[in-house]
Amino acid sequence: PPAHSRSDWIGPPDTHSNLRPIIFYVPPEESALERRLREARQEAQASNQRFWARHNRAFRQEKEEFIYSRLKAKGLEMRDESGQKATLNAEEMADFYKDFLSKNFKKHLQYNRDWYKRNFRITFLMGQVALVRALRWLRWRKKNVEQ
Amino acid sequence: GLFVWRLRNTGIQQIPCQFVHLYHVANNRLITFQYFNFLKRMYVTRCNKVLSQRAKPKSDSVVSPYHELQQLDQEKKVVNKISPVSPVHQLWSETSSRNELREMKSAAETEDSVIPVGTESKEDRRWKEMKLRLDDMPGILARLSKIKLTALVVSTASAGFAMAPVPFELTCFLLASFGTGLASCAANSINQFFEVPFDSNMNRTKNRPLVRGQISPLLAVCFAASCGIPGIALLTLGVNPLTGALGAFNIILYTCCYTPLKRMSIVNTWVGAVVGAIPPVMGWTAATGSLDAGALLLGGILYSWQFPHFNALSWGLREDYSRGGYCMMSVTHPGLCRRVALRHCLSLIGLSTVAPVLDITTWTFPIISLPINLYISYLGFRFYRDADRSSSRKLFFCSLWHLPMLLLVMFTCKKSVLKKEDKGDPPGGSHETVMEIRLP
Repeated sequence: PPAHSRSDWIGPPDTHSNLRPIIFYVPPEESALERRLREARQEAQASNQRFWARHNRAFRQEKEEFIYSRLKAKGLEMRDESGQKATLNAEEMADFYKDFLSKNFKKHLQYNRDWYKRNFRITFLMGQVALVRALRWLRWRKKNVEQ
Repeated sequence: GLFVWRLRNTGIQQIPCQFVHLYHVANNRLITFQYFNFLKRMYVTRCNKVLSQRAKPKSDSVVSPYHELQQLDQEKKVVNKISPVSPVHQLWSETSSRNELREMKSAAETEDSVIPVGTESKEDRRWKEMKLRLDDMPGILARLSKIKLTALVVSTASAGFAMAPVPFELTCFLLASFGTGLASCAANSINQFFEVPFDSNMNRTKNRPLVRGQISPLLAVCFAASCGIPGIALLTLGVNPLTGALGAFNIILYTCCYTPLKRMSIVNTWVGAVVGAIPPVMGWTAATGSLDAGALLLGGILYSWQFPHFNALSWGLREDYSRGGYCMMSVTHPGLCRRVALRHCLSLIGLSTVAPVLDITTWTFPIISLPINLYISYLGFRFYRDADRSSSRKLFFCSLWHLPMLLLVMFTCKKSVLKKEDKGDPPGGSHETVMEIRLP
């Protein structure tokens, strides 16, 4: 984002977490409330990024391992004659998906709770900031009109 | 969000909701706006007494409220890019292969070379300023409120209104439809507000406005409130309190029960089916002011329809659900998934037979609807037995045209209000008993 910009910038999805990173603009006259909001958003972003990057990596890894073990059980190699990676069909993968989901169930419950709490808090702070800004603008308008 | 495969269609006909024609036909049946709507949207051809339909899929089908229709025009076809760099998984379909590409792109560990990003435009890879753009707002809000899905929800509510055995009132109809639409917009916006990180990780939903940062969460909530509150107020004050209460209940059920439940238990599917069943009930109560057996029957038909529709769809999305942490039957209890789908296909036959018993339609309805109900049951049985991608897809696509067809046939077989007046029955029936069976 250019240096002179006065707003946040959002980027393309991250390769690991699929989340879009945001670069937050820090205005010079940032109030305490606005700082709290920005920090809450940064913290949420970092936490989400950590969670999903780790989670997706684990998924891919476990999937590879599962395919490898299944292929080995069937007596096949990871790559067939033409050099292409051997794959399992959807029904065979179904066991893996079920397994993965149940293994990560508690992790997801915890994450859900955290995410909902963070989301509400951030949105509430946004509301407060917007309200303060609106009041300030109204006061400024009144002053201008009086002059 | 859950989703619906988008069918390959050439163009979506936007339904112009401008004209209302009320005609009295020779047999004193009122042809309503709803009927014209259906006619415009569906091309029904009768060949050899078999109703076959060339459906314009997406916009015509009446889907459950929790299915969003995929934005195919935003994604480009990428099939040809997959073959040299074969991914680990089997290539199921276009959609899945696009999923593959996404996965491949995001998997840094793969030893394959970087796949050219043909699917996403250059726009997506750029950093964007997060500023409020007013000229983009209509499009953004449309996507936020899942406007197409909302339109389908409104048409199920209209179907409920049309099927109610009372004389058609235009203002009531419009108020009910508009109120339902607003309520649906609100519910969908809150749903997206809750699901941002999950939506980013699933292919179908990653282009949503909140995920892309086109709108702030605060604005999304304000939009939801500014749709929901007037919508429910409109229903309560402009139509009747029962409809308003049902609308409010449905919003709460969808946002506070269904959305969190998706990640906690497979029960979410049943809750979602209720969410889908309520709009026609709302349409009925808007017309008659009470919750009759007919309303419950219509709701029951939509409730049953949700299962073959969604279970077939979710069969192909098991990987995404598993990775995203969604608890769906197709992942955790695949046998149950298929059994339930079949069970509800068969119950549709049963429900269609109950309709004339409750004096909603004539006896021609179960007879005419039997072929399509049998066909979907057959596909449900095939899905149950084969449990593979092709049978799930067949069942899903069938469900898309099955429902509008069923509702249309139901409407054409509707028991005429005036005929009932001739027989001395009060229109709308008595409100004391719910399960009243009137003798012809």
